[in-house]
Amino acid sequence: MTEYDIQREMSKIEAPVILFENVSKEYQKGVAAIENINISIYKGEFVFIVGSSGSGKSTLIRLLMKEILPSKGKVFVAGREIGRLRRRQVSKYRRSIGVVFQDFRLLKDRNVFENVAFAQRVVEAPIREIKRQVPKMLSLVGLTDKYKAYPGELSGGQQQRVALARALVNNPVILLADEPTGNLDPKNSWEIMTLLEEINKRGTTVVVVTHNQEIVDRMQKRVITLKNGRVISDEEKGRYKYAKN
Amino acid sequence: MQRIRTLFYCMKQGIRSVWKNRVYSLASAGTITACLLLLGVFYFVVANFNYAMKSAESMVGITVFFERGTTEARMMEIKEEIRLRVEVDHIVYISAEEAWETYKKENLSAELIETFGSDNPLEDSASLEVYLNDVTMQKALVRFAEDIDGVRKVNHSESVAESFAGIETLVLVISVGLIAILVAVAVFLIRTTISTGISVRREEISIMSIFGATDFFIRAPFVVEGLIIGFLGTILPVGLLYVVYGEVVATLKEQFEGVFTSMKFLDRVEIMNRFVPIALLFSLGIGLVASHVTAKRQIRKIEMQH
Repeated sequence: MTEYDIQREMSKIEAPVILFENVSKEYQKGVAAIENINISIYKGEFVFIVGSSGSGKSTLIRLLMKEILPSKGKVFVAGREIGRLRRRQVSKYRRSIGVVFQDFRLLKDRNVFENVAFAQRVVEAPIREIKRQVPKMLSLVGLTDKYKAYPGELSGGQQQRVALARALVNNPVILLADEPTGNLDPKNSWEIMTLLEEINKRGTTVVVVTHNQEIVDRMQKRVITLKNGRVISDEEKGRYKYAKN
Repeated sequence: MQRIRTLFYCMKQGIRSVWKNRVYSLASAGTITACLLLLGVFYFVVANFNYAMKSAESMVGITVFFERGTTEARMMEIKEEIRLRVEVDHIVYISAEEAWETYKKENLSAELIETFGSDNPLEDSASLEVYLNDVTMQKALVRFAEDIDGVRKVNHSESVAESFAGIETLVLVISVGLIAILVAVAVFLIRTTISTGISVRREEISIMSIFGATDFFIRAPFVVEGLIIGFLGTILPVGLLYVVYGEVVATLKEQFEGVFTSMKFLDRVEIMNRFVPIALLFSLGIGLVASHVTAKRQIRKIEMQH
């Protein structure tokens, strides 16, 4: 057992940072996107959520972002039931979550520095803080020399690194990555996953929703498998195999 | 300090957005300009009409004649009784002598006057000329005066009073109707412009919301955009009306001397002092309300589609 594994086990003594408690979501009456989901994710964990299309992965992400509310059950993040947050509190809540998307979602008319700074600008961070944080994040993702480049001038892997820097710049407690390697070749995919692992080792809880079997099997992390809106397996150092069944 | 910086940031974004969507922004500002030009022309006509009417009102009055044998002291009592009425602007007592003097001056030749000697054929024609501050109240005042003991007759022109009241109501109805239509057109166009601006910045708004921007931070640039459009739409009509008004009044007085020399027009500076606040209230109000409502609705839609 490595020091990292020990730290992770220790963190489980605390309350989970993400807790789905008997959560169901019906978009249409009688059609459940997820059903009676119970998941606990602890501080500092690295978790893969896998499953085929329509298994309910996106619904979990949307519930965590409080874009939708559960039809039944409760979702807790850092001990707070997010269903009870008022609209005004939602913006503050979202600052504790960093998000990375499959299509990067960078602003094409702004350069790398401005894209990363944007996440801080929108939360009204002081300029001093922006000038300190952005270069730090760009250094973390290995793009210091590209700070003036525009997204169109970067490779897919580089764009995803910018998106990662943007997601991390406000020091979120949780990093949600929705298919972060979906548009990348195997080499770039692996580099992004290595980066995510590094970020996780710095203490950020990382939740990755993915279809990438090779990555999941190689990373040897906790794997939660969804099928038809239900959790069919939850394994430490799991593998992708269950999603296919 | 941070709040001020945010405010500046939102203003900068708003200005940037107006520039980015300059075609739509100009179209909206152009509509407000058109609305304000119409409103301005209408307002100038109405304001001058009201002004002329107020001037005319002070010239329209009633004449109260006394019963034969009424003493001057009683006449003064009656004058005081009428003067206390709220609709009365001022009141003039014309003695029988004054009435005869005026009549002689206006209607009789010197030879004819001599034939009367020291006689006053208008001996019982002392009267009160009562001028009103509101011509619509004339009927009530006439009724009141007729009932006073010692009053023989009350002369008045009902048709003038009634036509003034009728025109005033008509002008009011037309004003309200026209302004309502103009407001609807302007609101529709600003909403279209703001919606276009929002759809262009869809991705940006979505990211703002995901990363925890407040509603104020997301919406403020669009409200600024609405205010700028409103303001831009005000400049041209105000300037144009200022220049054109002076010219039009001068031309009217010059070209139609007989008709318009007696009519009073509001001074250019005076009418602009009244119109500019109305124009700003109209355009900025529309810009603010339309952009705020549109931004709120559209941004919620985007948030639901992350």
